[in-house]
Amino acid sequence: MSKPTQSTRKPVASGQIFRQIIRRDLRVAMRQRSDLLNPLIFLLIVITLFPLGVGPGPDILGRIAAGVIWVSALLSAMLGLERIFRDDFRDGALEQLMLLPVAVEFSVLAKIIVHWLLTAVPVLIITPLLALLLNLPIQAWGVLWLTLLIGTPILSAAGAIGVALTVSLNKGGALLSLLLLPLLVPLLIFATAAVEATLAGVSPAGPLALIGAFSVLSVTLAPFAVKAGLRVSVN
Amino acid sequence: MWQWLHPYAKPEATFHLVQKLLPWFLIPGLILSAVALIWGLAIAPPDYQQGESYRIIFVHVPAAMWSMGFYVAMAIAGLLALVWQIRTAELALLAIAPVGAVLTFISLFTGALWGQPMWGTWWVWDARLTAQLILLFLYMGVMALYIAFEDERAGAKAASILALVGVINIPIIHYSVYWWNTLHQQSTVTRAITRLEAPSIAPEMLYPLLVSIVAMMLVSAVLVMKRLNNEILRREIHRPWALTYLGIPVVQRNEE
Amino acid sequence: MLLQGRELQSVRGERVLFSNINLDVASGQLWQIEGPNGAGKSSLLRILAGLLPAQQGDVLFQGEVIQQCREVYYHDLLFIGHKSGIKPELTAIENLEFYAAVEGHEFSTPPYELLAQVGLVGLEDIPAQRLSAGQQRRIALARLWFSQTRLWILDEPFTALDVDGIAMLHDRFQAHLAQGGAIILTSHQDLHSMSYPVHRLQLRYQH
Repeated sequence: MSKPTQSTRKPVASGQIFRQIIRRDLRVAMRQRSDLLNPLIFLLIVITLFPLGVGPGPDILGRIAAGVIWVSALLSAMLGLERIFRDDFRDGALEQLMLLPVAVEFSVLAKIIVHWLLTAVPVLIITPLLALLLNLPIQAWGVLWLTLLIGTPILSAAGAIGVALTVSLNKGGALLSLLLLPLLVPLLIFATAAVEATLAGVSPAGPLALIGAFSVLSVTLAPFAVKAGLRVSVN
Repeated sequence: MWQWLHPYAKPEATFHLVQKLLPWFLIPGLILSAVALIWGLAIAPPDYQQGESYRIIFVHVPAAMWSMGFYVAMAIAGLLALVWQIRTAELALLAIAPVGAVLTFISLFTGALWGQPMWGTWWVWDARLTAQLILLFLYMGVMALYIAFEDERAGAKAASILALVGVINIPIIHYSVYWWNTLHQQSTVTRAITRLEAPSIAPEMLYPLLVSIVAMMLVSAVLVMKRLNNEILRREIHRPWALTYLGIPVVQRNEE
Repeated sequence: MLLQGRELQSVRGERVLFSNINLDVASGQLWQIEGPNGAGKSSLLRILAGLLPAQQGDVLFQGEVIQQCREVYYHDLLFIGHKSGIKPELTAIENLEFYAAVEGHEFSTPPYELLAQVGLVGLEDIPAQRLSAGQQRRIALARLWFSQTRLWILDEPFTALDVDGIAMLHDRFQAHLAQGGAIILTSHQDLHSMSYPVHRLQLRYQH
């Protein structure tokens, strides 16, 4: 019997594992198209409800448009958040993920990126439609889109933390919203402030920069909190 | 970690320490509370702007202050529980959470009460009140997360993580809410309170305020300590030291 | 010495599952963790795999505590627990392609023979959710035929296998052990009359 003391295989590059995770998750998502569409449809319905509830006057709508779009985006993001880890938890792919020979934070980052691609990109695509429906003055459309572009990673990153903590619970869904929404208040405030600044003719650079800073911070720090949460939930 | 803390990682040692400390918090706390109430409600002069109704700051300000202070304490307990696996720290987190939440609620309630006679409405989206409301949600989140877990140790760990994430966010939330408020020029309650908190506050009001701040801390700490000891007892109930403390005779079992 | 457990203790809630468990797994050895239900067999496997932190004690891989050499350890570890880790939306082949790729191994041709080994002929190209739970489990087991990791930790690997499947798994174990690999498993199967020696660790139910 031969008894090798060292493994003779070369270690796999982290980048390769990163890519494989993204590739697999995107493939899985593509097989469940309806799951991708539901949050988007929800978003559209909520946005349609506002003019029906508030009245169709373009002035009022235009003034609340940024806030409504952002709140709706937050709510619909909540709907799509579970997908990050819940299915993987159920079928055991999550614990296999934690057994890969890369830092767990790295794998987590891959999943956060996939989540952003699947939930934020569709929203970014239909933003002009949303802005149109709510009579947002056209000069603010660009800034609104920018706030969504820079701010949605925060949703995915902070959301991942919340999901990691609740993934093993039966009724994690409502709890998830309670956990996350207080943390997302600053994002909401600054995103809408940026749009309002533009409408007032003032530069939105300040709030945008702040959102950018939060975004970078949350995407870099969240994986650590997510890993801690997963370690608790997986057992 | 500091060597002198190590013995207190065991719940039993902490239990006895807390028992010893309790009177030192309780008695001064009760005395100072009485002093603060009488001084603040009866003796201190009425405010030239707000009349008698300003007196609610003697409850509102300490409650608001300590609602935040206790959240930080809770987060520190969470850190100890998570990083150094200290069991007592987990129990401390559980002990602090409801007390902090109640303090937050008191600050919200008194804030609303205080706004009513002045502005005719029970609620304003004032910066301070809004920030306190979000803090209440943060507390509720920590408690709800803990309760949701069947395995209470896993629940305590999850709650610790959340408390830490929350504590990092609190300065951010505060800054953004205050900024949001000045943007929309709503800081009515805050402005009124800030004026009374500023260094220019009259000494006749400042001193009873300081006393009430200390008193609130002591009384809340007593509540936390009692809760902590209760939690320790609940979990250690099968241990000989706990049975002895409760005066239940210990039956020797054949241990393997 | 591949894997060692030193004075391992596990606590679940307020109950001590087991205490002072020691284990030495060398190359070429198969270890069976035995004990009644609830004695903590799965917890021990998860502790050895580093998924569950032990209340006390250490797990060492090649002499180093696994927390210090995590990536080196996982490079050489294959763990299959109660859940298969198979994505139901993907086909058997797609699932295996992922697990092969993260081991640095690309299939030059789709792994039909591999799946034939575990009795999944004709089922390779349909989404795994259309297969039975037992069949999904076998997709996970197929990893054992291409994995080049040295240490296998398997929780109840024989469930969902028929007599032929069980025989094939035994053959695979034998080959793996002959190449210097090691296996730690739990099983309700009777492993007494095997062609390879079986080391046993008994866990007792603690009240």
